[in-house]
Amino acid sequence: MDLSNINPILLVASIMISATPILLAAIGEMVVEKSGVLNLGVEGMMITGAVIGFVVAINTGSPVFGFAIAAVAGAVISLSFGVLTQIFLSNQVATGLGLTLVGLGLSSLIGKPYEGMKTETLPKLDIPILGDLPVVGQMLFSHDIMVYLSLLLVLAVWAFLKYTRFGLILRAVGESHDSAHALGYKVIRVRMAAIMFGGACAGLGGAYLSLVRVPQWTEGMTAGAGWIALAIVVFASWRAGRVLVGAYLFGGITVLQLNLQAAGMTWGVQYLSMSPYVITILVLVLISSNRKKGSHNAPANLGQTFHATR
Amino acid sequence: MADTLLSLSGLTKAYPGVVANDDVSFDIREGEIHALLGENGAGKSTLVKMIYGLVKPDKGAMVFRGAPYAPAEPRAARASGVAMVFQHFSLFDALDVAENVALGMENPPPARDLAQQIREVSETYGLPLDPSRTVGTLSAGERQRVEIIRCLLQDPKLLIMDEPTSVLTPQEVEILFETLRKLKSEGTAILYISHKLEEIRSLCDHATVLRLGKNVGTCTPSETTARAMAEMMIGSTFATPAAKATTPGDVLLRVDNLTMPAPGSFGTPLRSISFELRAGEVLGFGGVAGNGQDELLLALSGERLAEKGTIWVKGADVSRDGPTARRAAGCLTAPEERLGHAAAPNMSLTENVILTAGRRENLVNNGFINWGRADQFAADVIKRFDVRTPGTHVAARALSGGNLQKFVIGREVAQNPDVLVVNQPTWGVDAAAAAAIRQALLDLAEKGAAILVVSQDLDELMEIADRFGALNEGRLSALKPVKDLDLEEIGLMMGGAHDMEVAHVAE
Repeated sequence: MDLSNINPILLVASIMISATPILLAAIGEMVVEKSGVLNLGVEGMMITGAVIGFVVAINTGSPVFGFAIAAVAGAVISLSFGVLTQIFLSNQVATGLGLTLVGLGLSSLIGKPYEGMKTETLPKLDIPILGDLPVVGQMLFSHDIMVYLSLLLVLAVWAFLKYTRFGLILRAVGESHDSAHALGYKVIRVRMAAIMFGGACAGLGGAYLSLVRVPQWTEGMTAGAGWIALAIVVFASWRAGRVLVGAYLFGGITVLQLNLQAAGMTWGVQYLSMSPYVITILVLVLISSNRKKGSHNAPANLGQTFHATR
Repeated sequence: MADTLLSLSGLTKAYPGVVANDDVSFDIREGEIHALLGENGAGKSTLVKMIYGLVKPDKGAMVFRGAPYAPAEPRAARASGVAMVFQHFSLFDALDVAENVALGMENPPPARDLAQQIREVSETYGLPLDPSRTVGTLSAGERQRVEIIRCLLQDPKLLIMDEPTSVLTPQEVEILFETLRKLKSEGTAILYISHKLEEIRSLCDHATVLRLGKNVGTCTPSETTARAMAEMMIGSTFATPAAKATTPGDVLLRVDNLTMPAPGSFGTPLRSISFELRAGEVLGFGGVAGNGQDELLLALSGERLAEKGTIWVKGADVSRDGPTARRAAGCLTAPEERLGHAAAPNMSLTENVILTAGRRENLVNNGFINWGRADQFAADVIKRFDVRTPGTHVAARALSGGNLQKFVIGREVAQNPDVLVVNQPTWGVDAAAAAAIRQALLDLAEKGAAILVVSQDLDELMEIADRFGALNEGRLSALKPVKDLDLEEIGLMMGGAHDMEVAHVAE
């Protein structure tokens, strides 16, 4: 094994790339769950975003347009989940799993003709001064715009939930839909909006996979990223900052173990492959169990169906 | 002062199968405390929901401050100056006080100003409250303060209160009344829903009585007896529970130096509680909420196991037996919390009777449920205790509070226990139903059962108990015969429970 093959600068840079899709999906799902809805269809929405983004980028030649349409596609497919669970009061767990299956099937149908094609990818930003810094410049400041947008999004979600009135209403709806209804808030409308936001975020995350990280279309290319995003939300105790930690940790270990394999480490490849999943969950469990009461701050009405009686 | 603030005319609202309000009309004047009286299910809640914009009337009109008033949603009602304090609090446990208040306001000020306003208002009205506390950690009385302050910050013209005192201790009730009187003196009208008649007599200027959704009359509570109002509510006379003289028999329940640590950070430890309960006797335990009532019930029901040799039923040590074994031994309990403790909310009434009566009533044979018998037993309870429900298939949570209370108490009484322990048996139940429950307890005692009633309603204990004891910080006072006691003495027995006398001056 030759560790000198691993370039720390490229390693950090690729960690950011690898974490971004999960971060996008997870921060969206966090907002959905904060509103009291458990959408297990993240994987399905991600892969829908991946295929739609790829197809649009191929046909228009514009990856930016691909991202935009991928977000719309994620939101639209999540709307079907929203309509089923919020209006027709179907079971959220079953409907979410169904959404995943639909997304996987639909994406392979749409993506079949596009397999093996290459698309334009997002340009690396050329950030003056910061990008020219030695080491740090290449590590942190020479990525495409989506990396920074995803980080901004985490900040925005945190501030939205903490400081704005709509954020408060959203949390209130997730905490007690009956109380929120009694005060005259539109529980279903709030949840629909949150679901669509989550869908759009998952769509962006998926598109990042097919347009930047890989960048091409292969069937089932999300490979469980949506499920990891879901797990990260739970183990991050529904806090935006911890979601960021979780996503980067997972992305980091994924890249690191790939690098180790590439560097010729032959011992226990299976263990290396499973390490991102195990370590991410272990670390987040430790973070959330380390505190006193209140660390398990799951929204009280998470996954519960709301039906306004009288 | 005598101007009409809100005038209701011909309000009608029907739900499938039931007319909740039928042509209800009355006026609320400015600056008065107007009581809305009625039995459980008389349509009080539906009526106030229409005023607050949660429910749209099928027919009828409202006039508020001289202008037609038809709020499409609570927001509109709040904007017009109508605020409401809910019976089941509309609070969010995981959020703090300031956030909860902000959610009930149309245009809340920035967080810091809001915290300041909350402090000011809470001091002005004698309702101390820390804006940064998490609501989940507050007591029932403090939670209600959050609701009241939320309303007061919007400077309402009409404040609706739906059974505000049902969860409060006597001291908290007195504080609340002070606040309401102060509000009234400032010109705020209050629509006060309750079926605690003595409260209404001491607090309210006028009362409107609803029965089966109809307005059956208006009276001036201070000039009407509680009994007369109760009879208006139910439309007929009812019998005051009559205690029959019985001579106490054998000791059925003996508690010997029961000591238990508190069950968690918010509980009360039990400290060397000892008493004997004889056949045919009704023992009443009073005390301010949170002084060990719930913990004592948990120990007696077997939900928490006590130390060996502390709890004896009919001479046998059951201290280490769980609830099922104690039920088999003849010791039944009915806890205070109806939904989630006494009854499983989403299960039908039939399923709920099986949960506690399965063994004693042979509803279960060799592990198989005898649905026919279970249904029959549930139907018997419903009939005997006048539970208003379409049938035994209805989920427990669909029953109104008072009706469910009748059901969970009736379920235990119908099993003919040797020892029955009940906590707050008539909590949230109207006068007639409360009388019926008390009568059932007395009848049971007459048949030779030993009954322990834990209640915060001192009048109730005075009415049905033979002997009285007070719980204070997990200790039990000496037990005294009720006929030798007056309220002042009870106040002293509750020792350290402040202002007990003050709280009852109103009577």
